[in-house]
Amino acid sequence: MIEFNPGLIMVIGGLLVPLVTGMARRVLLLALPAAGMAYTIALDPGTVASIAFFGYTLEVLRVDKLALVWGYIFHIAAFLGVLYAIHEDDTVQGSMAQVYMGAAVAAVFAGDLITLFIFWELTAISSVFLIWASRTERSFRAGMRYLIIQVGSGVLLLAGALLILADTGSIAFNHIGTESLGGKLILVAFGIKCAFPLLHNWLQDAYPEATVTGTVILSAFTTKLAVYALARGYAGTEILIAIGAIMTMFPIFYAVIENDLRRVLAYSLNNQLGFMVVGIGVGTELALNGTAAHAFSHILYKALLFMSMGAVLLRTGTIKGSELGGLYKTMPWTTGFCIVGAASISAFPLFSGFISKSMILTALGVEGHWFTWAVLLFASAGVFHHSGIKIPFFAFFAHDSGRRPKEAPLNMLLAMGLTAFLCIGIGVYPDPLYAILPFAVDYVPYTAVHVITQLQLLMFSALAFTFLMLTGLYPPELKSTNLDSDFLYRRLAPRILASIGHIIAIADSSIRKTALGLLGGVMRWVERTHGQKGILAKTSSAGAMVTWVVGLLVVYLVLYFTG
Amino acid sequence: MDNNRDEKAYWLDDSRNVRKIVWALVIVCAGLFIADGFYYKHPYFAAEEVFGFYAIYGFVMCVGLVLAARLLRKILMRDEDYYDREEKDD
Repeated sequence: MIEFNPGLIMVIGGLLVPLVTGMARRVLLLALPAAGMAYTIALDPGTVASIAFFGYTLEVLRVDKLALVWGYIFHIAAFLGVLYAIHEDDTVQGSMAQVYMGAAVAAVFAGDLITLFIFWELTAISSVFLIWASRTERSFRAGMRYLIIQVGSGVLLLAGALLILADTGSIAFNHIGTESLGGKLILVAFGIKCAFPLLHNWLQDAYPEATVTGTVILSAFTTKLAVYALARGYAGTEILIAIGAIMTMFPIFYAVIENDLRRVLAYSLNNQLGFMVVGIGVGTELALNGTAAHAFSHILYKALLFMSMGAVLLRTGTIKGSELGGLYKTMPWTTGFCIVGAASISAFPLFSGFISKSMILTALGVEGHWFTWAVLLFASAGVFHHSGIKIPFFAFFAHDSGRRPKEAPLNMLLAMGLTAFLCIGIGVYPDPLYAILPFAVDYVPYTAVHVITQLQLLMFSALAFTFLMLTGLYPPELKSTNLDSDFLYRRLAPRILASIGHIIAIADSSIRKTALGLLGGVMRWVERTHGQKGILAKTSSAGAMVTWVVGLLVVYLVLYFTG
Repeated sequence: MDNNRDEKAYWLDDSRNVRKIVWALVIVCAGLFIADGFYYKHPYFAAEEVFGFYAIYGFVMCVGLVLAARLLRKILMRDEDYYDREEKDD
């Protein structure tokens, strides 16, 4: 049997989606990720397939334990995301979502940098349709910004890959490191997709503008593909510890004051990526296992949270905290599933975050990074504060908004139910997840110390929230836009360009004025000599001319004979 | 959206029940704090040996987070259509 990249099943299958309609299409949409998963399970670690391409060998398939973790979870997320969206009859979105998810899987199984680049760019180009599918002016603009940044990341990746090829003669995608210029460029390329601080804002900008179902799918793939790429290429790169720590911390401040609840989730997504990046930076077996496990559980609970907020948006038409509240009365199932997602992201015992995030924190403890550990502990409390409490509280409880929307559609509830089941399943029985991690696991999550300290951290955070709500210190949900780094390119850069343009316009007009003045002087002088009354422009009769010629002839003759 | 007429009363609608939840939370927190004295710790850092460290850290940092975010709002908050206004003029 000829092995091929499992991502191709969804990429090629996705292109066939427009050819079928109705029930057949629904079956196809669900069958593609299922088939991809079945094929991925059948692949053995160590399998390699390559093709020749312009004299280079492209390793289009490389299967190992690290890639398989992402291969499994991407297919699970794809299936759940499609199930959540199955009621929609949007051909472009249905098709492009499959291509996007397939490209992400294919990139994970890419064994060389060129194959990685091809699928890296394909995820960018296909995913933008999930944002544009909102079909609003806002989403179109956000999509354009997203596309420029994502494609830019790919261009950096290609440039870095070519530099590495020139240096080493190899395009294999293994440990890269930051020593060479190519390595630095690729780190930035990965960093853009992973939403590093100051490269992050495409995420908070674009994801909340995508469709109800599009955001759920987007949340799972792009950034986690970047985490995978970092884990493969930059494990143990010290600077990632600092970058990751900043990533865990600054988004939570934004999340507290953000009104758009899907944007709050985008900020907390950014914060969760920080934990994974720290794990990669530490780079020990325990830390990398923690990163892989956390990516796995994170994809599920983040999708679940976006699903529940998507259901609210679908049923009420708004996702602003200032306009919601009291929805638990008519959307009890969605409320329950949202709380499961919230408990998982907050790492409550018996939920998925508890058994994965703690591996990264323990790895920090083992290595003695006390400051980063303290930052991550703060971020853990903070994430409970804004994702664990704020999201369910302001959407489903808080003050009653008077809205009485219908419960979410059945397929959405089914998708949420399955995802919630997995979140709890992983939390209660983590052994199957531990078994697929890249390294052998020697970690026990359920100890008295861990359970009690984690509960102390979370319950006292809840107490702080309650205290702040009761005393009125908690900032109310307000209709607002909060300035983030997108201010640089959406406001500051256009303004600077506009003022540079203004200066150029002034300089230009004064140069023109001077030039015109000079030209006017020349013209006046010409006018004087060559104008109507100018000495050189006078018209004379033919007779006068003949007299002049004869006169000159006489002068000539006189000079000739006397000379 | 339906009207609120004829709607059944929910348990949480009664402010006395909300108060019960708050008290339950306080009791749970007190219990967890005291529990710190009843298990063997194996800390990586000195701070973890402080009695009730995780509880104190969680509470203090969360209050700090929210107060800092309130201040940030003064600097960062703009109207909801802040970007839309200018971008539409393009």
